[in-house]
Amino acid sequence: MLELKDINKTFNKGTVNEKVLFSDFNLQIPKGQFVCVVGSNGSGKTTLLNVVSGDMFVDSGKVFVDGEDFTNLKNFVRAKKIARVFQNPAMGTCPSMTIIENLSIADNKLRPFNLTKGLNTKRRDFYKTTLQQLGLGLENRLDTKVATLSGGQRQALALIMATLVTPDLLLLDEHTAALDPKSSDIVMELTQKIIEEKKITTLMVTHNLRYATQYGNRCIMMHEGTAVLDVCDMEKKNQSIDDLLKIFNEISIECGN
Amino acid sequence: MLGIITGIIEQGLIFGIVALGINISYRILNFPDLSVDGTFPLGAAVTSALILLGVNPWICLLASFFAGVLAGALTGVLNVHLRIKDLLSGILMMTALYSVNYRVVGAPNKFLMGETTIFTTAGRFLPASFLPYAPLLVILLITIVAKLVLDWYLRTKSGFLLKSVGDNEGLVVALAQNPGKIKIIGLAIANGLVALAGSVNCQRIVQFDISSGVGTMVMGLAAVIIGTTVLKKLSFFNLTTKVIIGMIIYKACITIAIASGLQSSDMNFIITVLFVVTLVSNDMLAGRRKERA
Repeated sequence: MLELKDINKTFNKGTVNEKVLFSDFNLQIPKGQFVCVVGSNGSGKTTLLNVVSGDMFVDSGKVFVDGEDFTNLKNFVRAKKIARVFQNPAMGTCPSMTIIENLSIADNKLRPFNLTKGLNTKRRDFYKTTLQQLGLGLENRLDTKVATLSGGQRQALALIMATLVTPDLLLLDEHTAALDPKSSDIVMELTQKIIEEKKITTLMVTHNLRYATQYGNRCIMMHEGTAVLDVCDMEKKNQSIDDLLKIFNEISIECGN
Repeated sequence: MLGIITGIIEQGLIFGIVALGINISYRILNFPDLSVDGTFPLGAAVTSALILLGVNPWICLLASFFAGVLAGALTGVLNVHLRIKDLLSGILMMTALYSVNYRVVGAPNKFLMGETTIFTTAGRFLPASFLPYAPLLVILLITIVAKLVLDWYLRTKSGFLLKSVGDNEGLVVALAQNPGKIKIIGLAIANGLVALAGSVNCQRIVQFDISSGVGTMVMGLAAVIIGTTVLKKLSFFNLTTKVIIGMIIYKACITIAIASGLQSSDMNFIITVLFVVTLVSNDMLAGRRKERA
């Protein structure tokens, strides 16, 4: 499904701040896999997502999605197959528009944005039932502006919008990090439910080790641009937070922090 | 007195169309587009050249609109494809349009006395008692049509994208749409409206003046701010109506300033003061917006 081949990426090339992040980095994610990526700051997690989404281009190497060469495609072209939810809840929704307007544009992805009516009133009931599952009461606020929603509500909406038209690959960029513990759990549960229902291949970056052990069927720990840990299915199930934390600490000690 | 009020409303409605355009570029797209200072006289230039050629004045309105669309799209191309800063793209287009406008008319100003305009043609269909108000009615009609068409567009799928691109460009990318393309479309519509206003104004004052565009951006911005802050609480008016009323209020203020003894040469000073006031209040507005996000 997703294949990164011999990725090289250096920041601030040719300056004293030059930092080689990826050198011949390889990663393969088969269809339907739900991958959690953990790692300290600067380990390359977000860069990994940016390289996949096209928000950042690689120095050399190839990015394949579904066998198609994505290496030189712009982010909005890649978005036909890839959806992304960001850490900042404001990034996934349009604040000055109402909930139903937001859902309508998300629902129209991959179809032409022409001069027909923007509001999808026919699907109003469908949107209502979709929002009802959240248990956040959003189904009764379809006509309120998204700017008035809380961070958790906006992130839940962003997640629904990102997956309304099922993407081939879903990128989650610490999407619960800015939320309080309760909202964070709600959004994570919703994430799990949607991914399972729609069978979406997912790459989730998180700082929450509990989520990393609890969710997904593969866990990767990044450190200085390499995957220092890569466990799947059964092996991952037996991995506890403490195990992860232990490796995490070992790495940190090596770095001297 | 009645004449003064009619004058204010006429001017307010004509420049209300400018405010509709600036509402798109500045408020929706977050793009301080100075090319409007060139597209307003562009509308006037195209109109006077065509009218002198004997073209139907209503066709001139359309031609001016499309000339503005073209100029606005070019500003967008400068910014999006050539990566020139938004403010500079507008200034460059404004500068270039000065020469274009001169070329189109062939002179820095031109009088259209005795030529057929939208106002003379409309006068033929109105009963004699309405005749003094013919210009007002025609302007009202054009402004309302412009407003309704814009309202309709902003409710279409394409309009939804336009609204989201200024709000959250990342969302447009996520929808697999090219945000640059939408920005260009938005600037095209904005400048089309401003050129349309230039055409109506030129036909109303029966003259073309190459320097008539100076301060268009500032004026439009002031109207947008007045419309969206002063009239904020009036929820039965939608945004487009508010910015048009904002322009009428602006024109009334200017008229009062002149009536209270200031000369028209003092206008630049007043506009500068208004510019500072609008910028500061706009910063406050933006600050509030940031808090909300």
